[in-house]
Amino acid sequence: MKTFVTAGAPHLPAPVRVRRVMAEVLLALLPGVAVHVWIFGFGILVQLALATGAALAVEAVALRFRGVPRGPFPGDLSAVVTAVLFVLCIGPLSPWWISALGMLAALGLAKHAHGGLGANLFNPAMVGYAVVLLAFPRLVSQWPAATADLPTAAHAIFEHVANASWDTLASATPLDALRQLAAQGRQSVEIHNDALFQRSQPAAWTAIATAYLLGGLYLLWRRIVSWQAPLGVIGGCVLLTLPFWLFDAELHASPLRHLGHGGLLLAAWFVATDPVSGCTSPRGRLIFGLGVAALTLAIRRWGNHPDGVAFAVLLMNAAAPLIDRVTRPRIYGHAARGNDAHD
Amino acid sequence: MSPHRISGGLVLAAPPRVSAAGAIRACPLPSRLYLSLIEGNGRALHCRVVPGQRVRRGEALAHASDALGTILPAPISGCIVAIEDRTIAHASGLSAPTLVLDADGADGADEAATLTPLPGWTGETALTLRRRLAEAGIVGLGGAGYETAEKLARRVDTLILNGAECEPYIGCDEALLRERAADVVMGSAVLAQIAGAANVILALEDRMHDAAAAVRAELHRFPALRVALVPTVYPQGGERQLIEVLCGCEVPSGDWPVAIGVVVQNVATAAAAWRAVAHGEALTTRIVSLAGRGIVAPGVFDVRIGTTIEALVAAGGGYTPDAARLVLGGPLMGLSLPHDQIALTRTSNAILVLAEDEVRRSAPEVPCIRCGDCADACPVRLQPQELLRLLRNGDEAGAGALGLADCIECGCCAYVCPSQIPLVDWYRSGKTALATVAAERRRADHARERFLERNQRLAREQADKVARVAARRDALVQEQAAIAGTQDVGAAAPAAVADGATAEVTIADTPAASAPPMDKSAVLAAIARGKAKRAGRENAPLAGIPAADSSDPPPRKDEP
Repeated sequence: MKTFVTAGAPHLPAPVRVRRVMAEVLLALLPGVAVHVWIFGFGILVQLALATGAALAVEAVALRFRGVPRGPFPGDLSAVVTAVLFVLCIGPLSPWWISALGMLAALGLAKHAHGGLGANLFNPAMVGYAVVLLAFPRLVSQWPAATADLPTAAHAIFEHVANASWDTLASATPLDALRQLAAQGRQSVEIHNDALFQRSQPAAWTAIATAYLLGGLYLLWRRIVSWQAPLGVIGGCVLLTLPFWLFDAELHASPLRHLGHGGLLLAAWFVATDPVSGCTSPRGRLIFGLGVAALTLAIRRWGNHPDGVAFAVLLMNAAAPLIDRVTRPRIYGHAARGNDAHD
Repeated sequence: MSPHRISGGLVLAAPPRVSAAGAIRACPLPSRLYLSLIEGNGRALHCRVVPGQRVRRGEALAHASDALGTILPAPISGCIVAIEDRTIAHASGLSAPTLVLDADGADGADEAATLTPLPGWTGETALTLRRRLAEAGIVGLGGAGYETAEKLARRVDTLILNGAECEPYIGCDEALLRERAADVVMGSAVLAQIAGAANVILALEDRMHDAAAAVRAELHRFPALRVALVPTVYPQGGERQLIEVLCGCEVPSGDWPVAIGVVVQNVATAAAAWRAVAHGEALTTRIVSLAGRGIVAPGVFDVRIGTTIEALVAAGGGYTPDAARLVLGGPLMGLSLPHDQIALTRTSNAILVLAEDEVRRSAPEVPCIRCGDCADACPVRLQPQELLRLLRNGDEAGAGALGLADCIECGCCAYVCPSQIPLVDWYRSGKTALATVAAERRRADHARERFLERNQRLAREQADKVARVAARRDALVQEQAAIAGTQDVGAAAPAAVADGATAEVTIADTPAASAPPMDKSAVLAAIARGKAKRAGRENAPLAGIPAADSSDPPPRKDEP
């Protein structure tokens, strides 16, 4: 008689593990980071090191306070993904404590205070970014006008002082420039030729957005993300801006400019697809994406911030449980709306 | 190719199925067989033998509780040496009373036919054929083990023969179709006649080319049979999923396929039905897949029912050194077994012995990240991540409202889960909890109903009693008035006695408490009435309530 150790079904090895999901996401973010370095210099690498270190430290402390054995958790790489997404949102020459503060809000407040991995209502990276953006709007929105080498970047990050020379180093984002110029009543062609707009490196931003798109397509190909949320964001943006642009291209920015100049593509592929804080039903994901696009455009048009992606995502995070509830698919063998009758 | 598709499901990059190459091999006859009196589905059998009794192959050892009493045939000629508790294939490792049958060697292949063949089966009634299935011990060989005669009791429009293996590694049905296609085709004809089905569909996976060719070569025997190829998507071979794909309709939640006029039978069941009807053979063998890298020479075996797994593995050349897990069934739904002394039953379709590198390593569970992969894979379109959240919070009722009972436990969700959460285990325990709650509620409802009805009955009786006493008082007053009027004492008593014969039970047992003053004749009349009433009760204890009280419910035996 031969004895065996018993275990529950299924008996086949898992095709994908959480750690691999996170690793694939990090891999998909690489092109974006690379283009970022190429255009804005090494600041982002310093920020990445800072934010990752802070993220892991906050995570370790939070797990200790929660009494969770440290076993698999710091190894699941989700904190690193949060750190990278946060860094990609802030200006690369922001002071060093911005990263620490952002990670404290992201992992301490948004993630572990809600119960840790899988239990957070809001996307941690977006919470972190929203906190620093609201608290220090000027400090986190400064982008170098030229490529910064490592010593320059480190100097700027660690010995950041609001002096006069800083303003010559920094520039606005294209959306910022657009906003300022549009407020002055400029028209599309004028804006495009304006020095302020040119100095904001619109082409560079488009390049970064394209890198995000590439990374996103990689995730889609690897089946790490499903197509609904990205299509919702991108399709929603095009649907909402195309008619205005066709109606009067002088007054309204083109869909491509909306997609290329801000954080929409990053949000579409890496934030709206966050499984924890997003929707899980296929139709829900589509609606989630559409909502992110609509709210972002609304904030860009009427809000006080040049780019509202983070706020749009957070608002949709709050709506996600409701969306999931109303978009539950019909269960096999139930009448058309039978499963809703139970609610 | 069918135009319909199931939701979700898995396209599994499975190892090549063992049956793709090998023919059906015979497993050597064991000297001792074990037949559990509790079947894999949890239903108990009624034992019909005693230790020391000699049995012939095909003779009834036990029978099930279905209407026709489907038997458990003796798989081999021999002697019942004991009835003892042995481990059965059960998730909790339970033991059950098991018949131990020692072979006497008087068993040959020619002895398999123990029933009279029915060559003129096309002229037989459905009941005769169903009786034959019951006396041959035919149960569903696909896994659920439902008595075939019982399952075919209702007439249906569509009969589906399920030849789509549910899980990778399992190859018994494919091997059967390849080598014994004629039995399957003719068995389909028998089952179709019993069920009165006009549409008969044989479903095969689209990768079973040899099996499809073998079946098509035999189709001339039963031209009404339609062969349908379905995509190889797990769990395409599940009953409800197969119906969805072939008919484009869904079995209503909580109902059986017969509700929509469909019945699904495994192809091996059809073949066994044909052997029983045309050759008079009882179900004493079945085809079992033996697979996995933990086996030296895996293959498909013709096995006598009751053979131990150990004997089957020996027929497959034994274990390889890295054999790590023993599974009854497939790799997704199969049951992990503690040892190989467990016997194969009529529903055992596969034994897997997985090697260390094929099996899922036990890893610490990571929290659910709500990735929704489970929801995408669920063939029933449930939201497994929501069910898990509710069950973890102890909210079985909430999970029930989200369709927990509709879960078919196929394991797709648990397979794809990147956090390695044993989702199906959660659903099983949730279902058990729901069933317990439902049973308790039924009992409580019943008790409450009885209590309320009893209270109503007592109140009604009390009201009747008061009314009767009042009526009697009035009657007595009138009577006395009449007596006082005529002064004829002698005439009253017989009249009262005569009256008592019809009015006996309208009088309560305690008439005197509030009665007006009575004279001697009234007392005599009351005594006479009481006697008549007792006599009436003894003669007709259940008919005690005459026409005057006929609106009352009949008296209950538990009355105080």
